[in-house]
Amino acid sequence: MIECSCDKNSKDIYLPELATIKKRRMMNGTELYMQLELDASPLVYKPGQFVEVSVAGVGEAPISISSSPTQKGFFELVVRNAGNVTKKLHQMSQGDKVGIRGPFGKGYPADEMKGRDLVFVCGGIGLVPQRSFINYVLDNRPDYGEVTILQGTKCFSMRVYREECEQWAHRGDLTFMETVDEAHDCWTGNVGVVTTLIPKIESKLKGAAVFVCGPPVMYKFVLMSLAEAEVPREDVYVNLERRMKCGVGKCGHCQINHHYVCQDGPVYNYAALGTAPEAI
Amino acid sequence: MLTGNRNMSIKKLDRKALGRLIDGLIAANRNVIGVKAKGDRFAFGKLDSADELRLDYDVTLLPPRKYFQPQVETLLTFKVSDGYKPVDDSAEMILVGVHPYDMVAINQMDTIFSQDQCDKHYVMRRQKATIIACDVVNASKNVFASEMGTAVVREGYDVLLTDIGDSFVAEAATEKGEALLALAKGAADANKADLQKREQVWARNKAALGRHKLGCKPSDLPKLLEKAYGHAVWEEKAETCYSCGSCNQVCPTCYCFDVQDRLNWDLQSGQRNRVWDGCLLEQFAVVAGNHNFRKKRADRFRHRLYRKGMYVPAKIGGQIACVGCGRCVGACIPDIANPVAVYNRILEDIKL
Repeated sequence: MIECSCDKNSKDIYLPELATIKKRRMMNGTELYMQLELDASPLVYKPGQFVEVSVAGVGEAPISISSSPTQKGFFELVVRNAGNVTKKLHQMSQGDKVGIRGPFGKGYPADEMKGRDLVFVCGGIGLVPQRSFINYVLDNRPDYGEVTILQGTKCFSMRVYREECEQWAHRGDLTFMETVDEAHDCWTGNVGVVTTLIPKIESKLKGAAVFVCGPPVMYKFVLMSLAEAEVPREDVYVNLERRMKCGVGKCGHCQINHHYVCQDGPVYNYAALGTAPEAI
Repeated sequence: MLTGNRNMSIKKLDRKALGRLIDGLIAANRNVIGVKAKGDRFAFGKLDSADELRLDYDVTLLPPRKYFQPQVETLLTFKVSDGYKPVDDSAEMILVGVHPYDMVAINQMDTIFSQDQCDKHYVMRRQKATIIACDVVNASKNVFASEMGTAVVREGYDVLLTDIGDSFVAEAATEKGEALLALAKGAADANKADLQKREQVWARNKAALGRHKLGCKPSDLPKLLEKAYGHAVWEEKAETCYSCGSCNQVCPTCYCFDVQDRLNWDLQSGQRNRVWDGCLLEQFAVVAGNHNFRKKRADRFRHRLYRKGMYVPAKIGGQIACVGCGRCVGACIPDIANPVAVYNRILEDIKL
């Protein structure tokens, strides 16, 4: 039965709002950083949510919001040049307009995590959505316990948010460790995949909530490392991306078994995912 | 269930009277869509005359959901410089000849599209439709509605027609239906004997629309599937699966869609269209970077049946999202789509 009271004046969930690109710069060879704001009124969102970005004539793509809602005046996206829509976004300039729908998804459990020690394990551009919650925590620092960030990138030139990572490395109120998979002349830090950093922070893991985000292939290995370090499953959260198309739980593309990532994700508690074999 | 509890008209219309009613609606430009012959098969299409209407059909090629979620539907138009405008091209229509199992599917789609974040495009089309359902006269080769509890339906339509031999019982279920029946001037009320004949049709259909026998109750399917994730049947069936998506295409409860932009020749304006998509198709779960989250055919085949038997029922209060129309059974070239065959194969090894 029809459960709503829609009429022709009701909101259309597929209609994008216009937003203006306020700033844009390349972070490296493939990732573009953008600051945007909606023309009508500021975007209201929670850490970990995503938006559907429209380029008229090309299409629409889901992009995680990289800023914290404590950051006012604009929201931030980082876009990899990976397909038609993102390629077009890379060609756009400051002042150009895009369509935005959202925000969608449930995001990070920011309130539930108050008082907890937090560990972030980020693989490559997995840092991008995690940063939304990291900066939220740093802007509400007294509300949270110890913060540890592990960042692993495939190679030196692909790193993102380099200046911010530098700042994090020098802050007194968090631990930041970085590694790259392949050695490079310019790199004097750790070499190895991000899981090689996990044994180094064993003391930080005890009692902490661990948030994992990275490329699909990474999750299995990180979860195995965390299991070896005896981190209970209910303390682990995974940020799972799928092909969000409509963003509103109708089109079916983003399903992980019975979950609709656009509705109850992308951040999932690992223990709660027990009945979703397609997840990892 | 005899009359009385709805205070709505139940008329008796002989074939000529029904024909006159339909012709009257067509003449009044009411956009009458009904079941017509298409070669030796049947399909819903616009009626130019009541003579074209074939209420004795067994099953249509495509389900009537194509009128509420068209194969290609323009959601928005855009101008590159100006932004987006929503499109509402919904129109009044009268849909004649919807079988009970298809009506059940429409009822399920109504819930899906209007719950949570309401899909206005679907709702506008649905609200403008007047549905004249009709009980099955000839069972199709693969129908198993009897097994799924959808051989007879008593809600969702505006009028229900039941062929009782020499005439039809026509029952109004809504004000729209009542207004429609009022156009059949001089039609007598159905009497007790007519209604008894209707009960017999229902009893006959509840027994006869079961070409494939399910080895458990439909309500047991979620429990069965909980235990069947790793069963051999998925690989067995998928070995010959073409991933063609035919099962998705003909299914009344499949509604997954893709959204695509089309730019006009002027490179300035265009449309954003919603198009039917299918989870059996290989590209369905592919993301940027070319990672496919459901690469194996067996996984995609399994996913469709889990949606029907477990995931979608959880969203619609438990009703199984397969209405036993049998279209997928007929459409599948390697003949692996029959849900009953799959569930029965699982039941060989797994006890409830």
